[in-house]
Amino acid sequence: MKQLIPLAAGAALLCSGVAFAQGTLEAVQKKGFVQCGVNTGLAGFSQPDSKGVWKGLDVDVCRAIAAAVFGDANKVRYTPLTAQQRFTALQSGEVDVLARNTTWTVTRDTSLGLNFVGVNFYDGQGFMVPRKLNVKSAKQLNGATVCVQPGTTTELNLSDYFRANRMTFKPVVIEKLEEVTNAYFSGRCDVFTTDVSGLVSVRGSRAPKPDEHVILPEVISKEPLGPAVRHGDDKWFDIVKWSMYAMIEAEEMGLTSKTIDQAGSSKDPAVQRFIGASGDIGKMLGVDNKWAANIVKQVGNYGESFEANLKPLGFERGLNQLWTKGGILYAPPLR
Amino acid sequence: MRRGLILQAALVAALAAVVGFLAWNTAQNLESRRIASGFAFLWREAGFEIGERTLFAYSAADSYLRALAVGLANTFRVAAIGIVLATVLGTLLGLARLAPNWLLAKLASAYVEVMRNVPLLVQLFFWYAIISEVLPGPRDALNPLPGVFLSNRGIAFPLPGSTPELSGFNFTGGASLSPEFAALLVGLVTYTAAFIAEIVRAGILSVPRGQFEAAESLGLGRRDAMRQVILPQALRMIVPPLTSQFLNLTKNSSLAVAIGYPDLVSIANTTMNQTGQAIEGIAIIMAVYLTISLSISAFMNWYNRSVALKGLHR
Repeated sequence: MKQLIPLAAGAALLCSGVAFAQGTLEAVQKKGFVQCGVNTGLAGFSQPDSKGVWKGLDVDVCRAIAAAVFGDANKVRYTPLTAQQRFTALQSGEVDVLARNTTWTVTRDTSLGLNFVGVNFYDGQGFMVPRKLNVKSAKQLNGATVCVQPGTTTELNLSDYFRANRMTFKPVVIEKLEEVTNAYFSGRCDVFTTDVSGLVSVRGSRAPKPDEHVILPEVISKEPLGPAVRHGDDKWFDIVKWSMYAMIEAEEMGLTSKTIDQAGSSKDPAVQRFIGASGDIGKMLGVDNKWAANIVKQVGNYGESFEANLKPLGFERGLNQLWTKGGILYAPPLR
Repeated sequence: MRRGLILQAALVAALAAVVGFLAWNTAQNLESRRIASGFAFLWREAGFEIGERTLFAYSAADSYLRALAVGLANTFRVAAIGIVLATVLGTLLGLARLAPNWLLAKLASAYVEVMRNVPLLVQLFFWYAIISEVLPGPRDALNPLPGVFLSNRGIAFPLPGSTPELSGFNFTGGASLSPEFAALLVGLVTYTAAFIAEIVRAGILSVPRGQFEAAESLGLGRRDAMRQVILPQALRMIVPPLTSQFLNLTKNSSLAVAIGYPDLVSIANTTMNQTGQAIEGIAIIMAVYLTISLSISAFMNWYNRSVALKGLHR
């Protein structure tokens, strides 16, 4: 099955030519929805709830884009993608944007033909082990069997880390998150490694007994996770980028989904520009001038999205706090 | 005659033009989207580890090419062992279905019906779950024979001069079979054997009844009649469809990705994802499977000719 996506991508690259001449924005407006590539199910980032409605921090990026383009955050269709399928799905045009906890690296930016719009979650790679193994540090993992997903930066960092520390390990590489975490929880592996956010999410949502697993203190890499679009469509790139930044900017301005309707009475010119009452930022982007107000009203600001999706799983803001409050989240000025 | 030739030449030319256009268009599209192309990536450092290796030494510092070779060797290992075991098990099952013993025949038919009607992927998950969920961890490994340890890390068994010992996280020394390999092998063998059993049964039944009676009237027992008279004739019916089953088993081994056995497809998938060169990766997979399949076919055709009736041309 998974072989089909690269094949489809190949077929698309073989036959297309005309389809891509048109911009992504026009294509999205014509079909009436944003096709968003998301994780197959990572609690807090993208996962369908009990009613089948997709929820999560990444899902909110998709919803923000739809709110900006259509004024309706619900005009999104989701394509769940595994780590291996994600890039070909974006390259081939199967999805318009990839919001799937994906690490921004130079290789992906260049030879994969992607453009990362920014970072919506600052992360790093960690290790989780069963508490009963009594391991206190990643330096004690020599000879361990490690469960990991293929086609990820994780897989490469893991090899680098063990090589640098002159240790050996045995990887068990399984593509599907469900299968790889099952392998770990059944004891097939001593260690499960992925981004710390993924470890927290998996421990909180999939572990039979969450307190029997510990996340080791070492964070062995930088993993800036962010949405990506295809190379070569700057207009669409701008819309996705600023949809994401609008959520961060809104939190900094103190605008929330509950207060945005009253923001019109604000004397602050920055707020007036943000909600589209003055200036024409929306027009410059090629969308409605109330685009940012629509995003905040329908999706919420970054902090609200974090509270709703990640807080219940035990996430702290940490690096993902605003720069004004000790974190490194920083949106370029909306003006 | 001449018109036919011209038409065919025109068709070939048109086909070549279409293929040429597709290749050109693909290159254009890749270029315009700034996606890397070409096979130069094969010599770059792979950077990922592989869990099990056959024949080749490999480390993360080796090239993608070597990683793919390791994957190919892993595919060969499971396919070759699988073909041998599936043939043996399938033949025994086929004979059992025809056995005069009622219970044996019914058991064999039940096996065939269950195995070939449950999708292979489901069976692989089943075997993998059994091994990784039911067996204990390495620290409480079962020890049925001295030096043999059964755990959710697989089977560790002694080799001359080296016995497995628990050190740190896992067993070292001796030799071992991983759970992924074991699950894949058991799944492929039990599944394919069900089809082979039916082929063997059909082959035997296709031998005219008169041959059984003739063998009997010569005073041959059931076993001798089977070995000397029936099976040699049945082989002519069995070999061609058996070839398809061997090809199926080899191709089905690519389902290994689902349970984490590092076969060619699994390694190629990782390679594609790290380099972003899906078209090249798929081309490599297709070329390799085509080569393997054609080789198996060529060998089986040669074998088929050697068991066919000599001097009989159709």
